[in-house]
Amino acid sequence: MTGVRVAGVGLTRFGSHPERTGRDLFAEASERAFTDAGVDRDAVEELNYGNFMGALAEHQGHQAPLMAEAAGVRCPATRYESACASAGVAVREAVRTVAAGDADVVLAGGMERMTNLDTEGATEGLAIAADDLFEVRAGVTFPGAYALMANAYFEAHGGGREELAHVASKNHENALPNEYAQFRKAVSVEEALAAPPVAEPLHLYDACPITDGASALVFVSEEYAADNDLDAPVAVTGTGQGTDRMALADRADLASTPAADDAAAAAYDDAGIGPADVDLAEVHDCFTIAEVLAIESLGFAEPGDGIAAARDGLTTADGDLPVNLSGGLKAKGHPVGATGGSQIAEVTRLLRGDHPNSDHVADADVGVAHNAGGTVASAVVHVLEVAE
Amino acid sequence: MTDEIATDGGASTVNAGYDEWIDALAEGAGYALVCPDGHGSLPPRRVCPECGSSSLSEEALPDRGEIETFTVVHVPSPRFADDAPYVTAVARFGPVRLTGIVRGVDPESGGDEERAGSDADDEAVEVGTTVEVGVGERETDGGRIVAFRPVET
Repeated sequence: MTGVRVAGVGLTRFGSHPERTGRDLFAEASERAFTDAGVDRDAVEELNYGNFMGALAEHQGHQAPLMAEAAGVRCPATRYESACASAGVAVREAVRTVAAGDADVVLAGGMERMTNLDTEGATEGLAIAADDLFEVRAGVTFPGAYALMANAYFEAHGGGREELAHVASKNHENALPNEYAQFRKAVSVEEALAAPPVAEPLHLYDACPITDGASALVFVSEEYAADNDLDAPVAVTGTGQGTDRMALADRADLASTPAADDAAAAAYDDAGIGPADVDLAEVHDCFTIAEVLAIESLGFAEPGDGIAAARDGLTTADGDLPVNLSGGLKAKGHPVGATGGSQIAEVTRLLRGDHPNSDHVADADVGVAHNAGGTVASAVVHVLEVAE
Repeated sequence: MTDEIATDGGASTVNAGYDEWIDALAEGAGYALVCPDGHGSLPPRRVCPECGSSSLSEEALPDRGEIETFTVVHVPSPRFADDAPYVTAVARFGPVRLTGIVRGVDPESGGDEERAGSDADDEAVEVGTTVEVGVGERETDGGRIVAFRPVET
């Protein structure tokens, strides 16, 4: 086992780029990552690329060779798909490959193109992350599935739309200075509450937008970083993944996310830390209720207490444990196959001190990224730490 | 394949196991698969997804189930374009939970009793509502759906 460093991170601006091809988006993100890393493209030994719905959105399968071309690398390239956790699993395999000593330099990340579809088409595309026979045919949409979880949570623990509106308002506030964010617009709790319903109890501002974008990361071994004099102060010290039953109805509990519990436990164990050691987190808030469930799985709040965390200030920018200082999926945007990589990029920037919100976490040493697929049938958690 | 998904949601595809299950549900003979430890699941299965047992038998669903959670969907996928707003729920029927659309309730109420009543016969759905299960049709394209209907208790 060797230490794994984040040598460089690259993102496109998240947002609406309906005219841009997926290959162009990933090319931009990877170019930024190489520039940030100071690593030559020729050094890359593997490409792990995440993408979810390219077959629907771009009529393009077999995207990994295409993205290797776009990034200008010539090496084994593989596409990873785990719905909205596609880039998370791509990153995880990159981390494991470097940690195992199988490669010194791996490029990982992902891309999603969505806004070229209309809202109905994108809704249909996202729905295929659920069980087609037993959920999608019963009218379950992606927002609908999280709405089922939200109502189950309210029933089990109390809380309601107002607490969720605080999550939305917090994440929109955090996105204001983020140059990569789709929505740099403040949203008050009152505005969130007054927005039209999507799938009750979730309304417009409880939902992430439909987004185009790409993320890319250059991971290197500690030895490679030292030998090549790289400025790579952030290490990935823990990785964990969990899987649950595909359909929500088949889960033991509708108001929690056991796959994320498992992923968090494994990542913490791998890093030799616990939730109390964490200074900041980027979590998978595709819907406001998802942030609540995530922080409970990560051990930042007891089951039933997560709903109040944003309202009570625990997870706000100046709280004890800021969550989604990037703006989260909610305001930064959610190009699904890119999101897991983008979270790693944001945590890295926050820990390095070159994120526009770094001042809120000036003394931070430990950050966590939580990436979920579907209704958290898949979950990936990574621990990042300042190593130098 | 992608065109098929986009246009008819794969509705023309035969899904052995599932098709027989929903046929049985339509005839009022819905069933779950149950292993010797009592774990329920839905077909097609070769092993119990909970414990891996390959000894699965068909067990009739109880006549009545209970809604555990629900949502009112306002932004549908294309297959449900003419159905929205509609209520989707997860209901417990003995050894399994089923996901289906709730008929005979007022989706506009959003689950709020005070907002219900645009149709005198339709009531607001809530967690704990007792339902029976059968098979209905999507208004959009006539596709078959698992349908719940509230019953008097």
